[in-house]
Amino acid sequence: MRSRRTSGEQRRAVGVSEPTSPVAISEAAWRDGRLAYPCTADGTPVWPPRGAAPGSGQALVWRDSAGLGTVYATTALHARDAPPRNIVLIELDEGFRMMSRVEGLPGDAVPIGLRVRVQFTDPDSETGARLPIFTPAEVQA
Amino acid sequence: MTASLRASAGIVGAAESEIGAVPDGTRPIDLMAQASLRALADAGLTPLDVDGVFAATTQLSMAPLNLALELGIDARYTDATNVGGSSFMFHIGHARAAIAAGLCDVALIAYGSTQRLVGRSSASVQELDPWEAPFRPAMPVTAYALAASRHMHEFGTTREQLASVAVAARSWAAMNPGAWSRDPISIDDVLASRMVADPLTLRDCCLVTDGGAAIVVTSAERAAALRRPPVFVLGTGEAHSHRHITGMPSLTTTAATRSGATAFAEAGVTPGQVDVAQLYDAFTITPILFLEDLGFCAKGEGGPFAASGAIGPGGSLPLNTNGGGLSYTHPGMYGLHAIVEAVRQLRGECEDRQVSGCDVAVAHGNGGVLSSQATVVLGSAATV
Repeated sequence: MRSRRTSGEQRRAVGVSEPTSPVAISEAAWRDGRLAYPCTADGTPVWPPRGAAPGSGQALVWRDSAGLGTVYATTALHARDAPPRNIVLIELDEGFRMMSRVEGLPGDAVPIGLRVRVQFTDPDSETGARLPIFTPAEVQA
Repeated sequence: MTASLRASAGIVGAAESEIGAVPDGTRPIDLMAQASLRALADAGLTPLDVDGVFAATTQLSMAPLNLALELGIDARYTDATNVGGSSFMFHIGHARAAIAAGLCDVALIAYGSTQRLVGRSSASVQELDPWEAPFRPAMPVTAYALAASRHMHEFGTTREQLASVAVAARSWAAMNPGAWSRDPISIDDVLASRMVADPLTLRDCCLVTDGGAAIVVTSAERAAALRRPPVFVLGTGEAHSHRHITGMPSLTTTAATRSGATAFAEAGVTPGQVDVAQLYDAFTITPILFLEDLGFCAKGEGGPFAASGAIGPGGSLPLNTNGGGLSYTHPGMYGLHAIVEAVRQLRGECEDRQVSGCDVAVAHGNGGVLSSQATVVLGSAATV
């Protein structure tokens, strides 16, 4: 999927219509440095994103998160040939819980409850893709 | 509500294939068929008696078709439900419903895997969520580690308490000549083994073996004429709550609360009346969650309950008496092996590890990443 996708710039250049799949909407927002999430008409966030509101089937509205959250669950994967690498679930202040990683701390020293802020990785040189990752909110410049 | 199916059907044959490490060239269907023929022989039946086929494995996406061809079964009822390691608990519920509805008479439920032979990554291709995949989680262990971290945070569960689950499993395995890992281990051994996904070490994780299993289910009426006393299906319940871990509503409460409540209510028994429990142990955190969610102890008390000695030999709730997925065998999807052990305990076939006076057993299956849950309450003739 990733290898076949053109970058955002190229897509706009050839006039392809706005993305409609939740993956495409989400990834397009990440490229722009926005952490977008879908919510129902009453403002309840839905994560993982879906094409329609679970239960009611009604349309979802995408909003941008302020990017502040709290580490909800944490693990560090230990490989034999690399330092521990953390994978976390972050509870965003808007009320949705996503997977990501925390940078700026040793991989196995990310505590539950840590306040964090979203950042985006540099664009992938081939695809332009960016990922939302998190850093401790206290040490944010 | 429909009429109760309590004790309307029973398990009349149960067996496993060769398990552990199988020779080169072995196919998953070889193990599935071997277990099936053994289970049918146990029941005094042949493939010609079977008219309902229930099968699942990660290596065959249409497993009942392979099994029917292999054994020469003309099925008039087929169920390929595959929701992970719990699939076979789902199959029991579906089989007895089909039998009660007259859609089949003799149901064969079977599993086979060569995941150790071919490698886990090729036997079980992980289907990643698009919002998880970019962060390269090693699945399924990452999901279970995240749940364990949350349980420790909310309830003060300790790594030692997690380790006590592995130690108890090994104590049972020491009494099971068929177990893959039988050497005694200590809490310290578990804590000191290689860290895989914090807080889970290698010994907090299940084995990677080959294996297969099968059971034969038929109506109570038909069972009465067969060679073995049936193990009655007293109650079943199934539920699921998500597919990937970010979709799990709470990381510390599973859909086993629903599957268990349904199964216990139908069976008319309480957790306190259960003589032996086989609760899917893919990782040490899983039986702790299911002890709580099925009502064997209060929410948050699973760690202290496990560490108290209650689940080991001589304890108040003998748990995973074959040694479980942690020490007996874990060929990718363990659920049917848990059911087979429950049947063996109810039949009194377990020799050194036999639980005395065993009349009520629970087999609980888990699939995906704490995603699908199914509970089966089984009973001896004394419970009917």
